[in-house]
Amino acid sequence: MNVLAIDTSNQPLSIAILKDKELIATVTTNESKNHSVTLMPQIANLLNSVGMKPIDIDRFVVAKGPGSYTGLRIGVTTAKTFAFTLSKELVGVSSLAVLADAINEEGTLIVPLFDARRGNVFAGGYVKNGTELMNVIPDQHVSLGELLEKTKSYKHIFFVGSDSHKFEEQILEKMSKEQRVVFSSNEDDYPQAYHLGLLGIKEKPVEIHSFVPEYLRLTQAESQWLENHQEKVDETFVEKI
Amino acid sequence: MSNKKRELILAFESSCDETSVAVIEDGKKILSNIIATQIKSHKRFGGVVPEVASRHHIEQVTMCLEDAMTEANVTYDDLSAVAVTYGPGLVGALLVGVACAKVVAFSHNLPLIPVNHMAGHIYAARFTSKIKFPAMALLVSGGHTELVYLPKENVYQIIGETRDDAAGEAYDKIGRVLGLTYPAGKQIDEMAHRGKDTFSFPRAMFKEDNFDFSFSGLKSSFINTVHHADQVGEKLSPDDLAASFQQSVIDVLLHKTEHALDTFQIKQLILAGGVAANQGLRDGLDQLIRKHTGVELLKAPLKLCGDNAAMIGAAGYVAWKNGEVANLSLNADPSLEFEWFKKEQ
Ligand SMILES: [Zn+2]
Repeated sequence: MNVLAIDTSNQPLSIAILKDKELIATVTTNESKNHSVTLMPQIANLLNSVGMKPIDIDRFVVAKGPGSYTGLRIGVTTAKTFAFTLSKELVGVSSLAVLADAINEEGTLIVPLFDARRGNVFAGGYVKNGTELMNVIPDQHVSLGELLEKTKSYKHIFFVGSDSHKFEEQILEKMSKEQRVVFSSNEDDYPQAYHLGLLGIKEKPVEIHSFVPEYLRLTQAESQWLENHQEKVDETFVEKI
Repeated sequence: MSNKKRELILAFESSCDETSVAVIEDGKKILSNIIATQIKSHKRFGGVVPEVASRHHIEQVTMCLEDAMTEANVTYDDLSAVAVTYGPGLVGALLVGVACAKVVAFSHNLPLIPVNHMAGHIYAARFTSKIKFPAMALLVSGGHTELVYLPKENVYQIIGETRDDAAGEAYDKIGRVLGLTYPAGKQIDEMAHRGKDTFSFPRAMFKEDNFDFSFSGLKSSFINTVHHADQVGEKLSPDDLAASFQQSVIDVLLHKTEHALDTFQIKQLILAGGVAANQGLRDGLDQLIRKHTGVELLKAPLKLCGDNAAMIGAAGYVAWKNGEVANLSLNADPSLEFEWFKKEQ
């Protein structure tokens, strides 16, 4: 099975082509200021470099969130359109799981996180068992304090992601003496689409049309509206005319 | 087979709160024009919330694509090109259409045509009749109020635009003052037909020798009138208020349009944009054009005045014929504008 994996959920852009579990080609840039400009030319180049065409891909795997809303939409729109227009498979994988999968530490709670501003983070908790990655704390939008509270029962914790370094001091301050805390080093700070592809091979394909990013956060307008309109949640808000 | 091959454009539009995909034959025939509108969603907030709009577009875009291809009964092999709105509009919303169009073009080896949303509005009139050049377009929508000169095919030059609010924006703002639900344009138009212009609100920029518009003075005057009446406990007729407001807007639009007709030698006057569905404005232009023999009035069909991909396909067809093609790095340009008209020296 040929796989194209796409991660544009934060500033780095990473894409990879896999043949089953084998990496065929990959490119990761951390300077990409604008995924809208760079993503498609990078995909075209990568395919071209290995003599492949879009139609040769059997499955499109995309990092579905959390992350930057705009970045997620570019990646997800691109992946779902490829899958739909070429009648191929589509799989979404947690953007946090992509970071966690690169860490080979058993018996440790792996906590990938992204800065969500105002003292909040997007984070989840993962455990590695051989090559299996298990999600033990669901991905969520949470205050840093609350996240650390949820990791209390773990002795060894491995924080992953470039944003984790911003919180190093705060994290160390709040952890108990019995806990051993490690932060990712440079090469594991950024998502590698190869890991995204590996995770995506294991998943079942999703229904394409209804596939959307997992923002893990309502827009402010919607959450305010919901406070006063509990009864109307099931209504559809978009209509064909 | 002696039949000339028909040229099919697959077009995408997602600049604001409508997701639309269309298939257009030879730039003038609609094979399909699927529109998913989010009005009901944004009604909750009294106006378009950009992040909410972007989220809806991604829910809809491949479904609209499927429906457009199915309804047109075509395959990707039948297509000649893919056209997409890349600006102006809400950046997050535009990006969904742009990303989708790029993938379809790349996957099926089709040229990608970048289309200015406002050129699309003008070309909605192409579904009424052929456009004859030179032409002048009066573009009135929620975000834009401008007069655009079209010396020849695929050339668009602004001769005047609003200095402050767009006409559609003014409608929404006074709609809020009148307690109407968003979007208020159609309701105000209907109320205006029942009322009379009794308040004589100001007509801005009437005396100035240019083609620019302004609606902020009218808006303030309207709000002051309503507030003053509230303070003294006087009850004003909402229909008369609507009629007075609408008459002032229309007078300004007609006055500047007439000035443009007197200045430029044109064959057609094109009415386009969301507010082009306004009955008062359509009637006013009918009257105005009677005084200008030799100029034909071309109105966008009522159904195509709002945002839709059919109009993008029509404008895209003309752009494509004129050699405009984008590459895979095409980005959204939320503040895209036509060039300004320059007098030849
Ligand atoms: Zn529009």
